[in-house]
Amino acid sequence: MNVPDPNCPLLVRDLTVSYNKRPVLWDVDYAAPAPTPAVAAGGKAGEPSRGNLIAIVGPNGAGKSTLLKAALGLVPVTMGDCLFFGQAIDRVRDRIAYVPQRESVDWDFPVSALDVVAMGGYRALGWLRPVDKATRVRAMSCLDRVRIADLAGRQIGQLSGGQQQRVFIARALMQDAPLYLMDEPFAGVDAATERAILTLLRTLRDRAATVVCVHHDLHTVGNYFDHVLLLNSRVIAAGPVATTLTEANLQIAYGGRLTLLDRAADALAGRGLASGAGEAIR
Amino acid sequence: MNVAMLQFDAAAASAGGGWLAGLWPSVPAAMVLGAACGVVGTLAVLRQRALMADTLAHAALPGVAAAFLIAAAMGMDGRSLPVLLAGATISGVLGIGLAHVLQRHGKLRDDAAMAAVLGASFGLGTVLLSVVQRSPAGGQAGLARFLFGQTAAIRSDDAVLIAGVAGACVLVVAALYKELRLLCFDAAFCAAIGRKPGLLDVLLLTMLTLVTVVGLQAVGLVLIVAMLIIPSLTARFLTDRLWLMMIIAGVVGAVSAGVGGAASAHMAKLPAGPAIVSAAAVCLALAAVFAPGKGVVSRWVRRVRATRQTIFEHALRRCYEAAEHGQPLPQRHTRVLARRGLVLDAAGGEGVRLTPEGLALAEQVITRHRLWEAYLVTFGSQAPEHADDPADLIEHLRDPVLIRELEAAVRERSGGAVPAVPQSPHALDAGRGRA
Ligand SMILES: Nc1ncnc2c1ncn2[C@@H]1O[C@H](COP(=O)(O)OP(=O)(O)OP(=O)(O)O)[C@@H](O)[C@H]1O
Ligand SMILES: [Mg+2]
Repeated sequence: MNVPDPNCPLLVRDLTVSYNKRPVLWDVDYAAPAPTPAVAAGGKAGEPSRGNLIAIVGPNGAGKSTLLKAALGLVPVTMGDCLFFGQAIDRVRDRIAYVPQRESVDWDFPVSALDVVAMGGYRALGWLRPVDKATRVRAMSCLDRVRIADLAGRQIGQLSGGQQQRVFIARALMQDAPLYLMDEPFAGVDAATERAILTLLRTLRDRAATVVCVHHDLHTVGNYFDHVLLLNSRVIAAGPVATTLTEANLQIAYGGRLTLLDRAADALAGRGLASGAGEAIR
Repeated sequence: MNVAMLQFDAAAASAGGGWLAGLWPSVPAAMVLGAACGVVGTLAVLRQRALMADTLAHAALPGVAAAFLIAAAMGMDGRSLPVLLAGATISGVLGIGLAHVLQRHGKLRDDAAMAAVLGASFGLGTVLLSVVQRSPAGGQAGLARFLFGQTAAIRSDDAVLIAGVAGACVLVVAALYKELRLLCFDAAFCAAIGRKPGLLDVLLLTMLTLVTVVGLQAVGLVLIVAMLIIPSLTARFLTDRLWLMMIIAGVVGAVSAGVGGAASAHMAKLPAGPAIVSAAAVCLALAAVFAPGKGVVSRWVRRVRATRQTIFEHALRRCYEAAEHGQPLPQRHTRVLARRGLVLDAAGGEGVRLTPEGLALAEQVITRHRLWEAYLVTFGSQAPEHADDPADLIEHLRDPVLIRELEAAVRERSGGAVPAVPQSPHALDAGRGRA
């Protein structure tokens, strides 16, 4: 195999992921476009190059969250691998910022917004070192960038959904990475918050960062993102939004399910043959 | 003074010390244990490991009995605490492992798997315990104390073991505070930044096992889980900060262990575990009722105050509106305002008027109300005559950030042309079904 490109922020190779032996992602291959150098983009040398906003789009249960988690090594992979900047995840963790789906945590947890944002700086702090003044100051400035610095001391459960999302994004900003993986950053936020988040993501892109977002709103994909990965258990299509988000591709992604593939997955999970028995138990 | 107390006093006197002598070193050891239970228990509850701790404690019983039997068969002293606790640890961990296997391969839900192991191992342990008690050496072994706890049975070398283990757990939590907090809050993010949640989980489980096992003698396996949970719930009523929550939980655990342990030493037939847990439960009840902010009393006071404020602000608004339209101020409302000296009865036959202070307050209230109305009309395409009622509901919110944003939104939309006190979008009685 040839040497992986160190500029490619995310390279997924033949990735298959299963839960309890049931595959939910089949043989996913994807290479995220590398940031464009300033010169090539028509700017002057020395200016920052321009990254990309990339959307992962697909129906519920398509495996979008799973793809991000598998790439980050949060769930075991059955086959294949993911490279970031040409390297394995464990060597580049400090270059990847992650925003999980908002429902993935308990918002009654006794921490303040500032505490949560500071978590983005834990890796830089290292083991055992308590959160110091400098980290808190930086966390405060990240909260300011998402415009909720005045809520820093609030317990996170007392924030609105949009504010919670901003806290998560501020935590990712704290990681100050060239690659951001965000699971539905626009889910359940109002129009104002959506605009604020989008502006922020664009700023990141213009500073050469690559931002990969799981996104649900097909109406806004075209306006918000440069590239799109259309996913439904397998890669349906990937590329620039204009050429990829076609009626035909959407029909494949959101249209009929591949029932044979589902049955194959069930069989692999050891349930296919006993489906009659399974029905009887249920 | 009851008979038991007299008997105890006599016993203490004959032992040659004051009544405190009977409490040393068992009660201080129990207090250190209680503190550790509070601290580690807080993390366990937040990581949703409470049922696991309960299973572990119950699964320890067969190990205690088996350790005694094996030690006795080998000619050793089966009553030695380290031996018994080693047995408890091994069988407790095996129990958790078994629950895990049941869940993974038996396709059971994890609570069902835990409950199955908990019940089965407690049954097995009780059977083994009866075997021990019928054995010649077993009669005096006093293994029954592991069921409900007996602080008085803690000898000084036991006390060192218990306090040492418990203290070490507290120190580890203090050292790894930020990592453990991250694990409990967001394990996925913890993994994503390479902070080894698996390792931290093992560490947390180890500490949980240690405090549970060393707590068996003082509190007993039936109730030890309560000592892990109740102090942390108590603390949750009192604070939103994790570190403070752990400190409060530790204090509650220590105080309950002290009070309960001492009570059980003084009263014959009162086992330590129930006494300690009851003391902790009293703390929880007090916190639930009296905690500032989240307690029942505080919430009730807040509600009463809010209702009063609402009535007051309505009165201000109605009076202002009446004055705006040149009508006499409604008496029902002026009465409310009179109590605060915000209206005066002018002599010149003009009737009741708002004082300057009342007028200023009314302007604030009415501004907020009309901003909300304007917001609902312009942004929510609410018909003007229907904007009044929803605005009534929300106008009493005083969140300054919210109000500032509201003002900005309305002013932006209307090109900054909102007067200091906005015009009402509807006639005085529009949409007002009530008087
Ligand atoms: N921890 C898990 N254990 C077992 N199955 C899982 C687990 N997590 C997800 N799945 C299954 O894997 C499939 C893909 O889930 P995933 O969360 O990746 O979907 P998604 O595309 O993110 O969906 P959504 O749009 O609803 O967020 C689903 O069928 C889901 O039921
Ligand atoms: Mg998802």
